[in-house]
Amino acid sequence: MSTKEGRERIELLQGTLDLLILRTLLLGPAHGHAIAKAIEVNSNDVFEVEQGSLYPALHRLIKRGWILAEEGTSENNRRAKFYRLTAKGRRQLAVETSKWDKLAGAIARILRPTEQEGQS
Amino acid sequence: MRRRERMMADLDQDIREHIAMETQDNIDRGMSPEEARYAAVRKFGNMTRVKEEAREVWSLVWLEQLWQDIRYALRVLRKSPGFAAVAVLTVALGIGATTAIFSVVDATLLHPLPYPEPEQLVSILDDLPGVGAKDVGMSVPEWRDLQRSGIFQYVSPIGGGSVNLTGSSQPARIFFGAIAPNYFALLGVKPQLGRSFNPEDHTPGFTLEVLVSDGLWKRAFGGDPHILGRDVRLDNDLYHIIGVMPAGYHDPGRTTDERNTEMWAAANFAGPPAPPPQRNLRILPEAIARIAPGLTVAAAQSRVDALVASLRKEYPKDYPLQSAWQLRLVPLKETVVGNTRQSLILLLSAVGLVLLIGCVNVANLLLARSSARGREMAVRRALGAARERLISQLLTEGLLLSLAGGIAGLAILFCARGFLFRLVPESLPRLTDISISWGVLLFALGACLVAGMIFGLTPALYAGRADLTHVLKQEGRGSTGSREQAHTRRVLVVTEFALSLVLMVAAGLLLRSFWDLLKVRLGFNPQSVIAVRMWLPVPNDPETDIYRTPALQAPFLREILRRGRTLPGVEEVAVGDLAALPLGHDRNDVNPQALMLEGRGTPSKQAPLVDATMVTPDYFDLLGMTLLHGRSFGEFDDEKAPEVAVINETFARVYWPDGNPLGKRLKLENARGTTTNSSWITVVGVIADARTESLAEASVPKIYLSLFQRQAKDLAILLRGRLDPAATPVELREQVQAVNPQLPVFGTQTLNEMVSASLSVRRFSMEIVGLFALTALLLAGLGIYGVISYIVSERAHEIGIRLALGAQRGNIMSHVLRQGLSLAIAGAAVGFVGAVIVSRLMASLLYSVRPADPVTFAGVAILLLGVALLACFIPARRAMKIDPMVALRYE
Repeated sequence: MSTKEGRERIELLQGTLDLLILRTLLLGPAHGHAIAKAIEVNSNDVFEVEQGSLYPALHRLIKRGWILAEEGTSENNRRAKFYRLTAKGRRQLAVETSKWDKLAGAIARILRPTEQEGQS
Repeated sequence: MRRRERMMADLDQDIREHIAMETQDNIDRGMSPEEARYAAVRKFGNMTRVKEEAREVWSLVWLEQLWQDIRYALRVLRKSPGFAAVAVLTVALGIGATTAIFSVVDATLLHPLPYPEPEQLVSILDDLPGVGAKDVGMSVPEWRDLQRSGIFQYVSPIGGGSVNLTGSSQPARIFFGAIAPNYFALLGVKPQLGRSFNPEDHTPGFTLEVLVSDGLWKRAFGGDPHILGRDVRLDNDLYHIIGVMPAGYHDPGRTTDERNTEMWAAANFAGPPAPPPQRNLRILPEAIARIAPGLTVAAAQSRVDALVASLRKEYPKDYPLQSAWQLRLVPLKETVVGNTRQSLILLLSAVGLVLLIGCVNVANLLLARSSARGREMAVRRALGAARERLISQLLTEGLLLSLAGGIAGLAILFCARGFLFRLVPESLPRLTDISISWGVLLFALGACLVAGMIFGLTPALYAGRADLTHVLKQEGRGSTGSREQAHTRRVLVVTEFALSLVLMVAAGLLLRSFWDLLKVRLGFNPQSVIAVRMWLPVPNDPETDIYRTPALQAPFLREILRRGRTLPGVEEVAVGDLAALPLGHDRNDVNPQALMLEGRGTPSKQAPLVDATMVTPDYFDLLGMTLLHGRSFGEFDDEKAPEVAVINETFARVYWPDGNPLGKRLKLENARGTTTNSSWITVVGVIADARTESLAEASVPKIYLSLFQRQAKDLAILLRGRLDPAATPVELREQVQAVNPQLPVFGTQTLNEMVSASLSVRRFSMEIVGLFALTALLLAGLGIYGVISYIVSERAHEIGIRLALGAQRGNIMSHVLRQGLSLAIAGAAVGFVGAVIVSRLMASLLYSVRPADPVTFAGVAILLLGVALLACFIPARRAMKIDPMVALRYE
């Protein structure tokens, strides 16, 4: 049982990380370090993701065609790879976001049934 | 692939940039450069894993990992060749043996019969349950009713027997099938050359056309392509050949002879030589049919039942209520396979058990190794290997071993198949279908996979669970397996012993049955007797038969007997029909006769059937059968004297339970009904029961008639004396052919050979199961040896301390032995339960031994414990001899 639960949690995190990356890139192209920083800062440091796990996720998104990688120069003039959202990625973000909303809503309703009843 | 390489190169670059930026950020926050870099790396996480995961995104991961695992496993196995050899050999034996047995089962039980739509083919058997008679044969009107009923597409009787073939290169005795013209249309087989019979041919007797088998065509006609239209003589009747059946075609017969039929003649059984059709003349030994398309066997059976009911109403005189005539449809495959099914299933289960024990053994070895490799696994996990990867690694090793073993096993099987084939008794049905087919290979592959899973998974279960810090801390101590692992190894050994006990009990019971059968009092003496067969022709026109009556045949027989006695070494000679060959005859060779006793008024149609045997006067003497009452046949019981009979004890007991049978009179009517010779026969003698029908049956009613008073065509000449089995038959043939040069003399066998051949299937299953049981015992011995040795080596230190503290060496030894024995006893106890169940299932294969035979069970248990003791003795001695100084300093 324990292994199964563990795997589900990892999957959830993976999916979430993908979503967060797409959302970050909606603001414009960015390099890996910047994306990691942005996620950390925007989430008020709630997500303490190992920064390394960002890269496999980026590669996964490239493979699915949701983002593109291109050469560029960072703010302090270093060569770096910049990731940019594709049109397909934009659509996917919309889909994922609404999915997430539904999921979050559903979980909230389950966890706080009394509040829900009061509202409706 | 190239894209992946580029992406991975880019990733390296990315990671370097990332670390650099993070380091810069940290420095900006006021850390020292060294500190900053360290923090950046730590925040980044496991770099190798990141790269691996990214690589996975771009690759067919599993394929690559598999390749990696295989290469690694090969390397590991190459490093310990001894272990690999033992494991591969164990699996090779298991898989090889299992596959061999499966190929036999596949051919006999699983393969459909080699005819189109075989599921539509059935045997139709006539039963008379009211008088306790089964499979009594069919009459021609019944056959016609079935043919017309619409239930079947075709119905064909099958008869046949030996014929004397002349007109080919050599006169030969062959087995021929007398069948309906629709026979091959029914089976759906076409000749390779020429044509088949016309299914619509309504010639009442034989059609005078024959088909020959491929074998006969090549053997007797030199494969002559112009054979069609050629004339041959079968028992002096002229037939012409219209076709040659394909190579590999076999009749769906019940006996070896029937399956190897070499010539087919079609008849409608309504004209000579058959008598005029009568409902109560069951002249057709059996019938097969093809059920009409779209009808199942069950549906056909219920329609046949309805037909039977209406026929019984229509012909009450022919089907008296008491006999309760019935027709039974049996899938043709079942009649062909017959009673070998049980033996084969027993063999397959036995070999499956051996394979299982082999697997358990290899699992045990792997487990021992995996505890030695505990540190390797722990280190790899600490370096970030996922648990799944380690498990798949171990599983790959297991599968690799099992596949290597499987390939080796198949190779052995393939090389030894000629030799193995000779072990298979000839009487096994569908022998020629046995082959290493794709299905068999697939089975072997499946067996390999299952075996590999079994012993690959056992150590894998622990690989993931080990407590890293614990294992890593035990620096240098190497081989300490977990407590759990040791427990599992004990469970495996107990399993092995349990399975071995089951197999050994099965083998023991079969052995005892066989032994008892060998020791059985035969009631006749087979020593120094040989039998030679002879066949008197039966032409279709009775007028041309020079031996058509006993009066015409007797002088010929007397001449043969006289000439036989003059041969060198011969002391006694007798002639009988084939049923007179003790244990040497099969179903086709007996003549069921309807019995009617004087004064009991039983009408013959519902009379009990008995097997009558025709012999010449010296027969009982020659075979050493004991006369109990009255007299035996004499020379004066000839065609002119009133007919007499000698019966055996059982016959006397069954029909005259409380009276003297001597002088009583009876009538016998051929149940298959060609002759209706209804004169009274007087019982003149009673002989002791002898096991002439089957070694396993002590009392079968038998009645003997004088060959000088009743004739038979299929004859056996029995000779006793100091004979040369090679020369005597030749000399005898010369003597017979000096009387009549047309007669074939063939088929020499000693009676001892016949007795031993009658046990061939039993011997085969006993030998094979015995062999498996020995293998199992050996494996179980090795298994317990391994575990106890392991325990001893693991506890060498402790034993050293004990010895240093003054423990008695004898105590140490008995302590180790006790440990081994307790495992063996636990295994035996579990095995006992299994053995009780298994032995009950195989009850019908046993003779004179009860399934729960205490002697066998006790004997096997003692043997098993003895082997366990012996296997534990070696490590126990080692434990006793441990030098405390060495053991203590070892640390």
